Amino acid sequence: MSHLAPPLGPRDHTQGPPGARVTLVEYGDFECPHCGAAYPVVKAIQRAIGSKLLFAYRHFPLTRVHPHAEHAAEMAEAAGERGKFWGMHDLLFEHQDALEDDQLIAYAKTLGIDPAWAAQALTEGRYEPRVRADFASGVRSGVNGTPTFFINGLRYEGGADTLLDALMEATIDAPLKSGG
Amino acid sequence: MVLSPGTKAPDFRLKKSPDQTLSLSELRGHPLVLVFYPADWSPVCGDELALFNEVLPEFARYGAQLVGISVDGVWCHKAYAKSRNLDFPLLADFEPKGEVSRKYGAYRPQDGFSERALFVLDAGGVIRWSYLSEVGTNPGADGVLAALEEGAAQKV
Repeated sequence: MSHLAPPLGPRDHTQGPPGARVTLVEYGDFECPHCGAAYPVVKAIQRAIGSKLLFAYRHFPLTRVHPHAEHAAEMAEAAGERGKFWGMHDLLFEHQDALEDDQLIAYAKTLGIDPAWAAQALTEGRYEPRVRADFASGVRSGVNGTPTFFINGLRYEGGADTLLDALMEATIDAPLKSGG
Repeated sequence: MVLSPGTKAPDFRLKKSPDQTLSLSELRGHPLVLVFYPADWSPVCGDELALFNEVLPEFARYGAQLVGISVDGVWCHKAYAKSRNLDFPLLADFEPKGEVSRKYGAYRPQDGFSERALFVLDAGGVIRWSYLSEVGTNPGADGVLAALEEGAAQKV
Protein backbone atom coordinates (compact mmCIF):
# COMPACT_ATOMS: atom_id res chain seq x y z
CA MET A 1 0.00 0.00 0.00
CA SER A 2 1.49 3.32 -1.05
CA HIS A 3 1.55 6.24 1.38
CA LEU A 4 1.41 9.92 0.65
CA ALA A 5 4.82 11.53 1.17
CA PRO A 6 5.16 14.18 2.34
CA PRO A 7 1.80 14.31 4.15
CA LEU A 8 -0.49 17.30 3.70
CA GLY A 9 1.15 20.47 4.88
CA PRO A 10 1.06 24.25 4.69
CA ARG A 11 2.49 24.19 1.14
CA ASP A 12 -0.54 22.35 -0.19
CA HIS A 13 -3.47 23.94 -1.98
CA THR A 14 -6.54 22.79 -0.09
CA GLN A 15 -10.30 23.21 -0.02
CA GLY A 16 -12.42 22.32 2.99
CA PRO A 17 -12.06 22.46 6.76
CA PRO A 18 -8.43 21.91 7.90
CA GLY A 19 -9.49 19.54 10.65
CA ALA A 20 -11.70 17.46 8.35
CA ARG A 21 -12.15 13.83 9.18
CA VAL A 22 -11.26 12.73 5.67
CA THR A 23 -8.52 14.01 3.37
CA LEU A 24 -8.49 13.50 -0.37
CA VAL A 25 -5.36 14.35 -2.34
CA GLU A 26 -5.32 14.30 -6.12
CA TYR A 27 -2.17 14.11 -8.21
CA GLY A 28 -3.32 15.50 -11.53
CA ASP A 29 -2.35 16.80 -14.95
CA PHE A 30 -4.42 19.63 -16.44
CA GLU A 31 -4.11 18.17 -19.94
CA CYS A 32 -4.96 14.58 -18.97
CA PRO A 33 -8.44 13.57 -20.19
CA HIS A 34 -8.92 11.18 -17.27
CA CYS A 35 -8.26 14.05 -14.85
CA GLY A 36 -10.73 16.13 -16.84
CA ALA A 37 -13.30 13.37 -16.40
CA ALA A 38 -12.58 13.16 -12.66
CA TYR A 39 -12.94 16.95 -12.19
CA PRO A 40 -16.78 17.06 -12.08
CA VAL A 41 -16.78 13.91 -9.94
CA VAL A 42 -14.61 15.60 -7.32
CA LYS A 43 -16.83 18.70 -7.49
CA ALA A 44 -19.93 16.56 -6.90
CA ILE A 45 -18.20 14.83 -3.98
CA GLN A 46 -17.31 18.20 -2.48
CA ARG A 47 -20.93 19.29 -2.77
CA ALA A 48 -22.09 16.06 -1.12
CA ILE A 49 -19.64 15.76 1.80
CA GLY A 50 -17.61 18.95 1.60
CA SER A 51 -18.01 19.85 5.26
CA LYS A 52 -16.20 16.64 6.25
CA LEU A 53 -13.63 16.68 3.47
CA LEU A 54 -10.27 18.37 3.01
CA PHE A 55 -9.33 18.21 -0.68
CA ALA A 56 -5.85 18.98 -1.97
CA TYR A 57 -4.40 19.08 -5.46
CA ARG A 58 -0.77 18.34 -6.38
CA HIS A 59 0.81 18.50 -9.82
CA PHE A 60 1.82 15.44 -11.79
CA PRO A 61 2.22 16.65 -15.38
CA LEU A 62 3.19 13.97 -17.91
CA THR A 63 5.00 16.50 -20.04
CA ARG A 64 6.22 14.15 -22.76
CA VAL A 65 2.69 13.09 -23.70
CA HIS A 66 0.92 16.33 -22.67
CA PRO A 67 2.97 19.24 -24.04
CA HIS A 68 0.82 21.93 -22.36
CA ALA A 69 0.63 20.32 -18.94
CA GLU A 70 3.77 21.83 -17.44
CA HIS A 71 2.91 25.45 -18.20
CA ALA A 72 -0.69 24.88 -17.14
CA ALA A 73 0.57 23.62 -13.77
CA GLU A 74 2.97 26.55 -13.44
CA MET A 75 0.16 28.98 -14.24
CA ALA A 76 -1.96 27.42 -11.51
CA GLU A 77 0.93 28.04 -9.10
CA ALA A 78 1.29 31.60 -10.35
CA ALA A 79 -2.42 32.13 -9.74
CA GLY A 80 -1.93 30.55 -6.31
CA GLU A 81 0.62 33.24 -5.50
CA ARG A 82 -2.21 35.72 -6.08
CA GLY A 83 -4.70 33.70 -4.03
CA LYS A 84 -6.44 32.31 -7.13
CA PHE A 85 -5.20 28.74 -7.31
CA TRP A 86 -8.64 27.13 -7.30
CA GLY A 87 -10.08 29.59 -9.78
CA MET A 88 -7.28 28.71 -12.18
CA HIS A 89 -7.56 24.97 -11.40
CA ASP A 90 -11.23 25.08 -12.40
CA LEU A 91 -10.66 27.16 -15.54
CA LEU A 92 -7.92 24.81 -16.73
CA PHE A 93 -10.00 21.66 -16.26
CA GLU A 94 -12.94 23.36 -17.97
CA HIS A 95 -10.76 24.31 -20.97
CA GLN A 96 -8.49 21.30 -21.41
CA ASP A 97 -8.40 21.80 -25.16
CA ALA A 98 -7.26 25.44 -24.87
CA LEU A 99 -4.02 25.46 -22.91
CA GLU A 100 -1.65 27.43 -25.13
CA ASP A 101 0.47 29.99 -23.28
CA ASP A 102 -1.57 32.96 -24.52
CA GLN A 103 -4.74 31.24 -23.37
CA LEU A 104 -3.23 30.55 -19.94
CA ILE A 105 -2.35 34.23 -19.67
CA ALA A 106 -5.90 35.16 -20.69
CA TYR A 107 -7.26 32.96 -17.86
CA ALA A 108 -5.00 34.82 -15.44
CA LYS A 109 -6.47 38.08 -16.68
CA THR A 110 -9.99 36.68 -16.24
CA LEU A 111 -9.12 36.03 -12.60
CA GLY A 112 -7.93 39.60 -12.13
CA ILE A 113 -4.22 38.78 -12.29
CA ASP A 114 -1.89 41.13 -14.16
CA PRO A 115 -1.32 39.30 -17.48
CA ALA A 116 2.17 40.75 -17.92
CA TRP A 117 3.17 39.41 -14.51
CA ALA A 118 1.65 35.99 -15.33
CA ALA A 119 3.43 35.88 -18.70
CA GLN A 120 6.72 36.75 -17.04
CA ALA A 121 6.25 33.98 -14.47
CA LEU A 122 5.84 31.44 -17.28
CA THR A 123 8.82 32.72 -19.26
CA GLU A 124 11.06 32.64 -16.20
CA GLY A 125 9.82 29.22 -15.13
CA ARG A 126 9.31 30.81 -11.71
CA TYR A 127 7.04 28.03 -10.47
CA GLU A 128 8.78 25.15 -12.20
CA PRO A 129 10.63 24.07 -9.02
CA ARG A 130 7.34 23.90 -7.15
CA VAL A 131 5.75 21.77 -9.89
CA ARG A 132 8.84 19.51 -9.97
CA ALA A 133 8.65 19.13 -6.19
CA ASP A 134 5.03 18.01 -6.45
CA PHE A 135 5.94 15.59 -9.23
CA ALA A 136 8.83 14.12 -7.23
CA SER A 137 6.60 13.69 -4.18
CA GLY A 138 4.10 11.89 -6.41
CA VAL A 139 6.71 9.47 -7.68
CA ARG A 140 7.81 8.78 -4.10
CA SER A 141 4.22 8.25 -3.05
CA GLY A 142 3.66 5.62 -5.73
CA VAL A 143 1.64 7.70 -8.19
CA ASN A 144 1.43 5.49 -11.26
CA GLY A 145 -0.72 7.56 -13.58
CA THR A 146 -3.11 10.45 -13.52
CA PRO A 147 -5.28 11.05 -11.72
CA THR A 148 -4.05 9.22 -8.62
CA PHE A 149 -5.99 9.85 -5.41
CA PHE A 150 -4.95 9.36 -1.80
CA ILE A 151 -7.63 8.97 0.86
CA ASN A 152 -6.32 9.72 4.35
CA GLY A 153 -2.81 9.30 3.00
CA LEU A 154 -3.30 5.90 1.37
CA ARG A 155 -3.35 5.40 -2.38
CA TYR A 156 -6.84 4.76 -3.67
CA GLU A 157 -6.80 1.97 -6.25
CA GLY A 158 -10.28 2.34 -7.71
CA GLY A 159 -11.73 4.58 -10.39
CA ALA A 160 -13.33 8.01 -9.99
CA ASP A 161 -16.80 6.44 -10.28
CA THR A 162 -16.40 4.68 -6.91
CA LEU A 163 -14.49 7.48 -5.21
CA LEU A 164 -17.49 8.79 -3.26
CA ASP A 165 -18.21 5.32 -1.84
CA ALA A 166 -14.59 4.98 -0.75
CA LEU A 167 -14.69 8.41 0.90
CA MET A 168 -17.96 7.63 2.68
CA GLU A 169 -16.36 4.47 4.00
CA ALA A 170 -13.32 6.46 5.12
CA THR A 171 -15.61 8.93 6.88
CA ILE A 172 -17.10 6.08 8.88
CA ASP A 173 -13.74 4.35 9.49
CA ALA A 174 -11.80 7.47 10.43
CA PRO A 175 -12.55 7.53 14.20
CA LEU A 176 -11.64 3.83 14.49
CA LYS A 177 -8.35 4.39 12.69
CA SER A 178 -7.35 7.29 14.85
CA GLY A 179 -8.14 5.18 17.91
CA GLY A 180 -6.02 2.25 16.72
CA MET B 1 9.31 -16.31 -10.36
CA VAL B 2 11.37 -13.31 -11.42
CA LEU B 3 15.10 -13.48 -10.67
CA SER B 4 15.94 -12.45 -7.11
CA PRO B 5 18.33 -9.87 -5.71
CA GLY B 6 21.91 -11.11 -5.55
CA THR B 7 21.60 -12.93 -8.90
CA LYS B 8 23.96 -12.04 -11.72
CA ALA B 9 21.72 -10.60 -14.43
CA PRO B 10 21.75 -12.89 -17.51
CA ASP B 11 23.45 -11.21 -20.45
CA PHE B 12 21.51 -10.47 -23.61
CA ARG B 13 21.88 -8.79 -26.94
CA LEU B 14 18.66 -7.49 -28.47
CA LYS B 15 17.72 -5.15 -31.29
CA LYS B 16 17.05 -1.59 -30.19
CA SER B 17 16.32 -0.35 -33.70
CA PRO B 18 16.03 -1.92 -37.15
CA ASP B 19 19.82 -1.80 -37.58
CA GLN B 20 21.28 -1.58 -34.06
CA THR B 21 21.61 -3.95 -31.14
CA LEU B 22 22.27 -3.33 -27.46
CA SER B 23 23.78 -5.82 -25.03
CA LEU B 24 23.71 -5.89 -21.26
CA SER B 25 27.51 -5.81 -21.12
CA GLU B 26 27.46 -2.47 -22.97
CA LEU B 27 25.28 -1.09 -20.18
CA ARG B 28 27.68 -2.04 -17.36
CA GLY B 29 29.30 0.66 -15.30
CA HIS B 30 26.07 2.35 -14.26
CA PRO B 31 23.01 1.25 -12.33
CA LEU B 32 20.44 -0.05 -14.80
CA VAL B 33 16.66 -0.28 -14.62
CA LEU B 34 15.13 -3.05 -16.74
CA VAL B 35 11.42 -2.66 -17.39
CA PHE B 36 9.76 -5.75 -18.84
CA TYR B 37 6.23 -5.00 -20.02
CA PRO B 38 3.51 -6.87 -21.91
CA ALA B 39 3.02 -4.76 -25.02
CA ASP B 40 3.45 -1.42 -26.73
CA TRP B 41 0.34 0.74 -27.21
CA SER B 42 -1.35 0.48 -23.84
CA PRO B 43 -3.54 3.47 -22.84
CA VAL B 44 -1.71 6.78 -22.49
CA CYS B 45 -2.31 8.31 -19.10
CA GLY B 46 -1.95 5.25 -16.94
CA ASP B 47 0.87 4.01 -19.09
CA GLU B 48 3.87 2.65 -17.22
CA LEU B 49 6.42 3.67 -19.83
CA ALA B 50 5.09 7.23 -20.06
CA LEU B 51 5.52 7.45 -16.29
CA PHE B 52 9.06 6.05 -16.33
CA ASN B 53 9.88 8.42 -19.18
CA GLU B 54 8.90 11.36 -16.98
CA VAL B 55 10.90 10.00 -14.06
CA LEU B 56 14.14 9.66 -16.12
CA PRO B 57 15.64 12.83 -14.60
CA GLU B 58 15.14 11.34 -11.12
CA PHE B 59 16.84 8.10 -12.21
CA ALA B 60 19.66 10.13 -13.77
CA ARG B 61 20.47 11.59 -10.35
CA TYR B 62 21.69 8.10 -9.45
CA GLY B 63 23.49 7.73 -12.78
CA ALA B 64 20.97 5.06 -13.74
CA GLN B 65 19.96 4.16 -17.26
CA LEU B 66 16.61 2.71 -18.24
CA VAL B 67 15.72 0.11 -20.85
CA GLY B 68 12.30 -1.27 -21.77
CA ILE B 69 11.86 -4.84 -23.04
CA SER B 70 8.84 -6.48 -24.65
CA VAL B 71 8.22 -9.06 -27.37
CA ASP B 72 7.12 -6.39 -29.84
CA GLY B 73 9.25 -6.04 -32.95
CA VAL B 74 11.62 -3.16 -33.71
CA TRP B 75 9.26 -1.34 -36.08
CA CYS B 76 6.47 -1.47 -33.54
CA HIS B 77 8.84 -0.18 -30.84
CA LYS B 78 10.01 2.59 -33.14
CA ALA B 79 6.49 3.85 -33.86
CA TYR B 80 5.50 3.54 -30.22
CA ALA B 81 8.58 5.33 -28.88
CA LYS B 82 8.01 8.13 -31.36
CA SER B 83 4.34 8.58 -30.50
CA ARG B 84 5.08 8.74 -26.75
CA ASN B 85 8.34 10.73 -27.05
CA LEU B 86 10.18 8.06 -25.13
CA ASP B 87 13.72 9.10 -24.26
CA PHE B 88 15.09 5.60 -23.50
CA PRO B 89 15.63 2.51 -25.66
CA LEU B 90 13.02 -0.21 -26.17
CA LEU B 91 14.50 -3.64 -26.87
CA ALA B 92 12.75 -6.26 -28.98
CA ASP B 93 12.66 -9.69 -27.30
CA PHE B 94 11.29 -10.88 -30.60
CA GLU B 95 13.41 -13.75 -31.97
CA PRO B 96 13.51 -16.26 -30.42
CA LYS B 97 10.37 -14.81 -28.93
CA GLY B 98 10.57 -13.99 -25.25
CA GLU B 99 13.94 -15.71 -24.76
CA VAL B 100 15.41 -12.93 -22.58
CA SER B 101 12.17 -12.45 -20.66
CA ARG B 102 12.19 -16.20 -19.88
CA LYS B 103 15.77 -15.99 -18.55
CA TYR B 104 14.64 -13.31 -16.09
CA GLY B 105 11.55 -15.30 -15.09
CA ALA B 106 9.45 -12.57 -16.66
CA TYR B 107 7.56 -14.36 -19.42
CA ARG B 108 3.93 -15.44 -19.58
CA PRO B 109 3.81 -18.50 -21.85
CA GLN B 110 0.03 -18.68 -21.50
CA ASP B 111 -0.23 -15.18 -23.03
CA GLY B 112 2.88 -15.10 -25.21
CA PHE B 113 4.21 -11.84 -23.80
CA SER B 114 6.46 -10.53 -21.03
CA GLU B 115 5.36 -10.00 -17.47
CA ARG B 116 5.18 -6.53 -16.02
CA ALA B 117 8.43 -6.84 -14.08
CA LEU B 118 11.11 -4.46 -12.83
CA PHE B 119 14.79 -5.07 -12.12
CA VAL B 120 17.39 -2.72 -10.71
CA LEU B 121 20.97 -3.80 -11.51
CA ASP B 122 24.09 -2.37 -9.97
CA ALA B 123 27.04 -1.15 -12.01
CA GLY B 124 28.50 -4.66 -11.99
CA GLY B 125 25.38 -6.24 -13.48
CA VAL B 126 24.07 -7.88 -10.30
CA ILE B 127 20.34 -7.68 -9.60
CA ARG B 128 19.79 -5.54 -6.50
CA TRP B 129 15.98 -5.37 -6.55
CA SER B 130 13.23 -7.03 -8.54
CA TYR B 131 9.48 -6.76 -8.60
CA LEU B 132 6.71 -8.62 -10.38
CA SER B 133 3.55 -6.59 -10.84
CA GLU B 134 0.05 -7.70 -11.70
CA VAL B 135 0.01 -7.67 -15.48
CA GLY B 136 -2.73 -5.02 -15.58
CA THR B 137 -1.27 -2.85 -12.81
CA ASN B 138 1.23 -0.08 -13.37
CA PRO B 139 3.71 -0.59 -10.51
CA GLY B 140 4.83 3.06 -10.35
CA ALA B 141 8.44 4.14 -9.96
CA ASP B 142 8.74 4.46 -6.18
CA GLY B 143 10.21 0.97 -5.69
CA VAL B 144 12.86 1.58 -8.34
CA LEU B 145 13.83 4.93 -6.83
CA ALA B 146 14.08 3.43 -3.35
CA ALA B 147 16.33 0.65 -4.72
CA LEU B 148 18.56 3.16 -6.51
CA GLU B 149 18.76 5.28 -3.39
CA GLU B 150 19.74 2.26 -1.30
CA GLY B 151 22.38 1.27 -3.84
CA ALA B 152 23.83 4.78 -3.79
CA ALA B 153 23.87 4.79 0.03
CA GLN B 154 25.75 1.46 0.16
CA LYS B 155 28.42 2.77 -2.17
CA VAL B 156 29.25 5.68 0.13
